[in-house]
Order: sequence, then structure tokens, then C-alpha cells
Amino acid sequence: MEETDATESQSAVSCNELVVAYGATTAVDRLSFAADRGQIVALLGPNGAGKTSTIEAIEGYRQIRSGTVRVLGLDPEGQHADLVPRIGVMLQQDGVYPLLGPAQVLRLFASYYPGAEDPDALLDLVGLTAVRATPWRRLSGGERRRLSLALALVGRPEVAFLDEPTSGVDPEGRVLIRAIVDDLRQRGLCVVLSTHELAEAERLADQVVIVDGGRKLAEGSPAELRARTAEGSIRFSTDADLDLDALAVALGNGTIVERDGTGSYRLRPPQGTATSAVVAVLARWLADRDLSLSELRTGHSLEEAYLSITAGHRQPVDQLPQTTEPGEASGAVTTRNGRSGGRRRRRRAVERDGR
Amino acid sequence: MKPLLAQLRVELTLLAINGETVLLTVGIPVIFLLFFSSVHVLPTGTRHPVDFLVPGIMALAVMATAMTALSIGTGFERGYGVLKRLGSTPLGRPRLLAAKIVSVVVVELVQAGILVGVGYGLGWRPGALAGTGVRVAAAVAVMVLGTVAFGGIGLTLAGTLEPLVNLAVANGLFVVLLLLGGMLVPLSKLPSWLAELSKVLPAAALAGSLHGSLGNGASVTAQDWTVLVVWAVAGPLAAAATFRWE
Repeated sequence: MEETDATESQSAVSCNELVVAYGATTAVDRLSFAADRGQIVALLGPNGAGKTSTIEAIEGYRQIRSGTVRVLGLDPEGQHADLVPRIGVMLQQDGVYPLLGPAQVLRLFASYYPGAEDPDALLDLVGLTAVRATPWRRLSGGERRRLSLALALVGRPEVAFLDEPTSGVDPEGRVLIRAIVDDLRQRGLCVVLSTHELAEAERLADQVVIVDGGRKLAEGSPAELRARTAEGSIRFSTDADLDLDALAVALGNGTIVERDGTGSYRLRPPQGTATSAVVAVLARWLADRDLSLSELRTGHSLEEAYLSITAGHRQPVDQLPQTTEPGEASGAVTTRNGRSGGRRRRRRAVERDGR
Repeated sequence: MKPLLAQLRVELTLLAINGETVLLTVGIPVIFLLFFSSVHVLPTGTRHPVDFLVPGIMALAVMATAMTALSIGTGFERGYGVLKRLGSTPLGRPRLLAAKIVSVVVVELVQAGILVGVGYGLGWRPGALAGTGVRVAAAVAVMVLGTVAFGGIGLTLAGTLEPLVNLAVANGLFVVLLLLGGMLVPLSKLPSWLAELSKVLPAAALAGSLHGSLGNGASVTAQDWTVLVVWAVAGPLAAAATFRWE
């Protein structure tokens, strides 16, 4: 027990065997994880996995059925008043007065905290200066999320909880939000965020906790999770129908060539082969035949890891995480043509499940 | 203090920039007062209708602000998740509630000022000068009790119903209590069974008390005091027991 206490006092956020239930439905099932200062932890999982229930239990909104939760050493429910000045919260529903503009709302929230950030500087940081007086109800989805992020940060929190911070945000806004969140780590904040997007978890998080059905399926850094998939494959797309045998001969070395879908292929070089060498041969081979290379991905992706980790667990096809930025989810991206590979991957996931 | 003042400013801003609220709290009472003082269609039972209308419409104004406007505003804040979001700030429930109460009182003071001014313009003269201080004190006391009672009812609705249902119920209740509350039509003109029922409702008790304290040669009855006190205790208790923040 002493050891547990020591761990709890060190971690900014700790969650031990957390159970959250609504009536007979168990939303969170004995979930444990910890997050330190200067660390970004992502809860990754499909919709309905229990991410929001977990975060809201840690924020003190949900009654926990069993287990312990500590934030900065405090009980979020029992010591709520002591805790709230030290945390920043971004809920899934923004929860902003619809008739007020960003500047008014930020000034209001700034008044709640002693030593709050300067509202104008914060508006500038999240890029809302131009719409500072626009009523919230007329803001775009992305602008609303950016305002919510600013509201979470205005009290200079030690811990920030961001529930799906980029949902409904355009690509430009995502880049901005991720840059701001990334900067929080440098400032020593502990950030716990939830997302159903692999790209987001991979881009931002130091630690990823993969959750589904209220349970933790895996935990680790993106690199550790990627390393769980044994094979390092090369996937590429081209417009033409390739002669697989001819390509295999050209690559030599026992590299396996497979068709992965229409116009998309997968190479599996034997262990120890330098990927760059295989790619060089592939590029030369395609160039000699005047063929395009429209998408190329190498190495382990978190997505592959995610799929292999969740395979065997509850995994209906329509509940896979969205892969809105498929190229960005891979470990090493060279080129991509912007065509979404989501459907193809889903099909593969089904195959995997079927095995 | 700083959070409370900032919150109060926002509550007042929201009441002022919301057209429906302004119509409900200022527009309707003033229009009723002007119209029914000039067009003598109501069986007010007084020589000048304005003598009956000013106290009755004061009661209506209290009900509009403390019950209907408070309920609709709070209900939508709950629906939009504003109350939930405020729950994870250091503002805290006591200060949020205090800001809402003070904002209601401020609006009521504005309403009372306007209604008394318009009433005077229309020839209203409150009761005899003798005992004016006592009468005004009684009027203020019953308005405070009425505010607490209607505020409790409004928050009970806002804290339990969906925002749109709450909108309908708060407005519907406003109309029903306006008709049954002795605000425009004296209770004596209602069928007796309806009048008996009305007497135990807070609207008639408030209007009756204001007629008693501001009218000519009348006073607040013990029954009105009792009904108001009971609602002023029951309303907030019901709100506290049933209010759901999400």
C-alpha cells in the first residue's frame, strides 16, 4: 500500500481499478493508468469505449462505483473545491453561453481564477481575435473548440483534461490545437486527452492507453505499441496492375509481394532487410516501367498495432476508429496521394478478426 | 468577490440582450398597464382601473422575472452544458446562485421603477399617506417572499425538464397564473371554486398582498402571508431536491 501511495503522490493523475457504471451498464471496467507532469496521455478508442466516462470521473463529474482516482493528490469528488482552481477542462459539449462572444466568456472565466492568463493574449493564441465579439452560436465548430481550449487554459492549470479536443475541427485548426497542446508539455502541464483518432494519439501523446468496452487493452508509448506488430511492411499504391512475380524477382532477397486492394500492394521483406534499399529497388522498378507511385508507407504504424491489439476483442467494423488522416498515422511517411484508405483498412480488420 | 461581480454582470447582460426576456419582463407588464388603464374592459372593481392594475401588474412582473425568465434562462444554460462547464471552475454553486438572485432583484427594481413611474403618469395614487412607511415595507417584504417562491418554482422546472419543454411550461404557467392570480381580474370575478383554488397559489397571494399593501385602505391578510411563506419555503426546497445540473 505504501508503494501505491508514493506512486499516487508522484503522478499528477492516477486512476486505479476505476469502475464507472450507469445502472446495470458498466461504462468503465477496472481501468488503471497514471499521468505525470510534463506528460501527455491519450485515451484512444472507438466511440462508446468509455473514454468520456473515464475523463469525467477523473474530473469529479461522475460518481465512481469502485477504485480510486487522484488528481494532484486530491479526490476529485470529495475535494472538488480544492481541485478545480488547479485543473482545466475541455468537455465534449463546449458548455458556453450561446449569446456571448469569445472575449466576454474568456474575461468571465478569467475572473474565476486568481492569476489568470490575459484573455486577449489567449484569444490571440487560439486565433479567435477576429471573432472576439461574435456570439458563440455563430462560431464554427472549430472556433468553438478553440474557445473551449482557451477556457481550459485561462486559469493556468496544472492538469488539463481535453475530451476530443479536435473533433469537428478543420485541418488548419487541428494543427493549431495540437501545437498548443504540445506546448503545454514543455510548460510542465499534465495533459489527459481522449480521441478516437489514431493520428492524434500518435502525434501528441507520450503515452497511449487503448480502451474499448470500458477496459484497457494496451498501454505504452506510440513506439512501444507500434513495436508490438512484428512485421515491418511497405505499402504502396500505383495506377497500374502489377505483375507480382516479376516484382518479387526484381526485389529478390525473398521479399513477399501481395496485392492489398485495387492498385495497392504490400511488400514484406525478410527480417533485417533495410527498408530504404527495398524502396530504392521498388522506385527504380516502377520508374523503368513508367508507373506512378501514388502512395508509399513504410514501417510499423500505430494503426496496425491498434488493429492487432483490438483484434479478438469486441470489434464491429463500424466501430473502428476513424482514420481521417491515414497517411499521418504511419510511422514513416514519404508520399501519399490523399486518397483515404479507410475502407480498405476496415476490410483488412475484418479479415484479421476472421482469423 | 471578483468572480461574483463578473458573473452578475454576465447574468444581467444575458437578461438585457435577450429580446424575449426584455419583452416578458418589461414589455408585457408595461403594455398591459397602459392598455388596460386606458381601455376599461376589465372588471377591476376600482373607480380607476389603474389603482387595481399597478399592484396586480407589479405581482405579474415579479412572476415574469423570478419564475419565467429565470427558468427559461437557466433551463437553456443547463441544456447547452453551461452549468456543467461551470461545475469544473472555482465559481461554485453558491456564487452562481447569488449572481442569479441579485440579477433577478436588479431587474425587479427596474421593473418597479418603470411601473410606478408609468402608474403615476396614468393617475395612480397609492394608499393614504398615513402609514406609508409600513405599507411600503410590507410591499417590499411580500415581493421578496414572492421572488423566493417563484424563483424556487422556476429553478425546479429548469432543473428537471428538457429546455424546450421547460420553455413551454414556464410560459404556460405564466399565462395561467396571470389569469388566476388576481393580477388583471379580481379573484371575486372568478367562479368560487376556482377562486378558492387560486388563493393557495403563490400568484394570487402575491397579487393580493400587493393590493393589500399598496391599495386604498386595505391590508395584507394573514392567509396571503401564510401562503406566500409556505411557497417561499417549498419552492427553493423543491429546487434544491430535484435540480439536475446536466
